[in-house]
Amino acid sequence: MQNLLDGILKAFELLFQGDPEVVRITLLSLEVSGMATLISLILGLPLGTFLALVKFPTRRFWISIINTGMALPPVVVGLVVCIFLWRNGPLGFMHLIYTPAAIVIAQVLIAFPMAAGLTLSALQQLDPKLRIQLLGLGASKIQMVLTLWKEAKLPLIAALIAAFGSVISEVGASMMVGGNLLGSTRVLTTAIVLETSKGLFASAIALSIILLLIAFLVNLGLTSIQQRRH
Amino acid sequence: MTTLLELHNIIVQAGKITILNVPELAVNKGEVLVLLGPNGAGKSTLLQVAAGLIKPISGSVLFSTYKKLSDLNFRRKVSTVFQSPLLLNDTIEKNIASGLKFRGLHNEEINQRVQFWMEQLHILPIAKRHAKILSGGEAQRVSLARAFCLETELILMDEPFSALDNPTRQGLLDDLRNIFTRTNQTCIYVTHDLEEALSIGDRVAVLLNGKIHQLSQTQEVFSHPSTPEVAAFMGVDNIIPGSVFGLENNMLQIQADHAIFEAVGNIAIGTQVYICLRPEDITLFNDNQEIKPSSARNHVSCQITQIINQGPFMRVQLQSGFSLTALVTSRSVKEMELEVGKTVLAVFKASAIHLISSGKIRT
Repeated sequence: MQNLLDGILKAFELLFQGDPEVVRITLLSLEVSGMATLISLILGLPLGTFLALVKFPTRRFWISIINTGMALPPVVVGLVVCIFLWRNGPLGFMHLIYTPAAIVIAQVLIAFPMAAGLTLSALQQLDPKLRIQLLGLGASKIQMVLTLWKEAKLPLIAALIAAFGSVISEVGASMMVGGNLLGSTRVLTTAIVLETSKGLFASAIALSIILLLIAFLVNLGLTSIQQRRH
Repeated sequence: MTTLLELHNIIVQAGKITILNVPELAVNKGEVLVLLGPNGAGKSTLLQVAAGLIKPISGSVLFSTYKKLSDLNFRRKVSTVFQSPLLLNDTIEKNIASGLKFRGLHNEEINQRVQFWMEQLHILPIAKRHAKILSGGEAQRVSLARAFCLETELILMDEPFSALDNPTRQGLLDDLRNIFTRTNQTCIYVTHDLEEALSIGDRVAVLLNGKIHQLSQTQEVFSHPSTPEVAAFMGVDNIIPGSVFGLENNMLQIQADHAIFEAVGNIAIGTQVYICLRPEDITLFNDNQEIKPSSARNHVSCQITQIINQGPFMRVQLQSGFSLTALVTSRSVKEMELEVGKTVLAVFKASAIHLISSGKIRT
């Protein structure tokens, strides 16, 4: 118990001192996870929309793949990305293993099915006749999709929250493809694991508080947009 | 009469089943054409084909004044109102403006048109209200304003008032009729309600099982249905098959089962016909009651099999070798002491009978 209290005190000390390493790790976490969420949205939003609005023969199969992807364990993603980016792997020539880019790739694979799957379910919750009504009012296909996204704003922002939450908090894939290298690929979650394994609970708690704070602030921002006028 | 929209050889299939087969349909400028039919007849499908929202497997939909239009430009020549208002999660004003914004109009013009149509449909005082808290009638007024403010040459309405209670529906129908009269707006109006079709339509197309069975002036469809199926849908409860056996001075004699009917018309002797008689055109008399001389030439002795209460009226089912249905006031039923099993005389005029020729001649 004493360890925990000491840890919390030390954590606040580290936080308020603005330890340069802690700041660097925090910024890298935000950068990597923010980029992964953005890419996931850019890919997932159109794919989820396509699957929700267009009927084609293998549609159910692809929806099942996306739904399975939503439950992908990060360590499995880490393993697959490692195999591909390993020096002798198919993409080894790109020299991405143990770089922040490798972490972004792994996190995109985790968050992208979530963005696509939740977009699909968000749009399927709307009245299907709304699409016909919008086209009947003279909307172009793009105007129709944009209006549907606006109508499904609440669940779509929930999808964004879920996607960001899943990548900022994952550790397995980041550890495996990033290597937790000091000054290069150490992010908040991998740093917490390392500090804990060394018995440096104060640092681990400080980093955990920052991680929770980031998650809270990002979700607060998104929730305030989501709940506007509700 | 100038044609505004023409549909040629339209066929729509669901899987391998043909759900719509319309060889020709023309909508005239300034008219309200009602597509009338029961549920599942293909009315809404036909409307969506006319709106460019469903692509038929064959056939074409053309505006007479425009040679070739892209899909988007075609859709922007029409506006649609559906049974469900399908309003966006926004204020009334913004909902009404949505179609105009899709067309990229200037804000000034959008505001002007939105204000005008909100006033026309009596929703100006609630302009800032959120669409999700409106009553059914208010929401449908918003939906109408949203369509009218586009000022398209053609408006398509798919059972817009069928989900509303009767007083609200009547209020909206009155307003809609006034707008149509004032603006000379062309409209295709889908309904399954005969009363609505009568009150709003200039012409009526009766759609049954994906095919147009009759297309005529509204009153003509009601008074002279062209097939037994149309007659049945039009509320003609009595459709009795018979055969013409006499013709004198435009007065036909028709044999149906054991009874002989007299009807006005000129059909060749031997022709198989359907005798169509509205239940409200039948007067019942007690068997022993003295009947004053009148122009009613047809007298059929029947037995009452069922009496169904319909509020101010009673539907009296009769049997005389064939079935007959008469509509009698509740007061008359009481005064005449009508009851199941009683024998009565069904009396009706020769002019009340509408004959549909089956086209077959009895040899």
